Amino acid sequence: MKPERETMSTSELISKITELEGQIVKLTKQTKSDVSKLKTQQNRADEAVNDLKVIQQQLLQQEKLASLGQLTAGIAHEIKNPLNFVNNFSELSMDFIQEIEEELEKLNDSTEKENILELLSDVKSNLHKIKHHGSRADSIVKSMLMHSRGGTGTMDPTNLNDLIREYVNLAFHGMRANKNPINVDIRLDLDESLSKININAEDFSRVILNLSKNAFDAMRDKIAVKGSAYKSILAVRTKDLGDKVLIVVEDNGPGVPDEIRDKLLIPFFTTKKGTEGTGLGLSITHEIIKTHEGSLEIESELDQFTRFKITLPKTTT
Amino acid sequence: MKILIVDDEQDVETLFLQKFRKEIKSKVLEVMFAFSGEEALRLLGEQDSPEVVYVFSDINMPGMTGLELLEKIKSRFSHIQVSMISAYGDRDNYEKAIKSGAKGFFSKPVDFESLKQEIAELLTNK
Repeated sequence: MKPERETMSTSELISKITELEGQIVKLTKQTKSDVSKLKTQQNRADEAVNDLKVIQQQLLQQEKLASLGQLTAGIAHEIKNPLNFVNNFSELSMDFIQEIEEELEKLNDSTEKENILELLSDVKSNLHKIKHHGSRADSIVKSMLMHSRGGTGTMDPTNLNDLIREYVNLAFHGMRANKNPINVDIRLDLDESLSKININAEDFSRVILNLSKNAFDAMRDKIAVKGSAYKSILAVRTKDLGDKVLIVVEDNGPGVPDEIRDKLLIPFFTTKKGTEGTGLGLSITHEIIKTHEGSLEIESELDQFTRFKITLPKTTT
Repeated sequence: MKILIVDDEQDVETLFLQKFRKEIKSKVLEVMFAFSGEEALRLLGEQDSPEVVYVFSDINMPGMTGLELLEKIKSRFSHIQVSMISAYGDRDNYEKAIKSGAKGFFSKPVDFESLKQEIAELLTNK
């Protein structure tokens, strides 16, 4: 038996069509939103792949740096030996001249004696210079060795001002000797009343190096934009706060936008292109400050300055 | 008193001779040199009962290292004092040296004042 065909009134038909239309619109919307969700997810995946590529490059860079460290240690060591001879022999010769002068004093006065004494005093002053510059080179080699060897991990009473002077200077000359050197006015304002504080000198010197290097890089970018009218300044200050010490490293570079400031301390976060930066400098800096039970604050105004404020307790053990 | 300095850097000889010029001139001190561990042992062995009372040796030398030399001297000539001089002032070398019977451990660059003191002590104890 044939089923009796249902008959629909026109109005029923219309309402059915409207209903179906509604469903189609709903489904279309749903599909559109699904597609856009998929797109976002794909974008995220692309980003992740890109991030991984960058991290891979950075790891390569780290590996290169590590082998560079070993090379540095080797070179520093090889330089140290001849340098010791330079220093030792110049010191010895100074002693001998002293003795010669004493012997000469026993002789009768004459123009010849006068001449000899004069020449000897010149030779002595030259030897002083050799010894002085030899010692300078020696202290640089020592800090190279200290860095590549890694520290002893102990907190020792350290003259913070001396450390800052030495490492800001080292960072500056390192930058000058590298690609794209820039001219920087370095202003040290160090509180000389500061007594020695307990820090891990090897680690803390990295903090000074990293912050100085960051400042140089930032100011280099500003020079590229502003040209020679802009004069870059790196200011480093220390201040005795009683039970704490304040260290300020400030540059008059491009500043840090608010949205980036919070990310600065995250490992691998970098604004530098490709392999120029590892994104580790500031996070390591922060780690080191934390192990000293200190704190790091970042203040900045766009196009004006970036200021890193480190506060260290004096009683760190 | 006779001491022996062992270092592969030849200029060390000039340096020591000049540093101890007065002591050598007044014959208080006699200084011998060897530029390798092997040469040091030969010099010490040439005399049946070596007159050398003190050996200062570098650690890092091609061929026999200072630490090997130290052990050999201690087993063959037990009466001779040996101190190490090393540019690597690390704990590892220090502990090895002291364990093998070294009297002292000087790091490079040599602090000649402390070295002179060490030798002066030896002279007064003699």
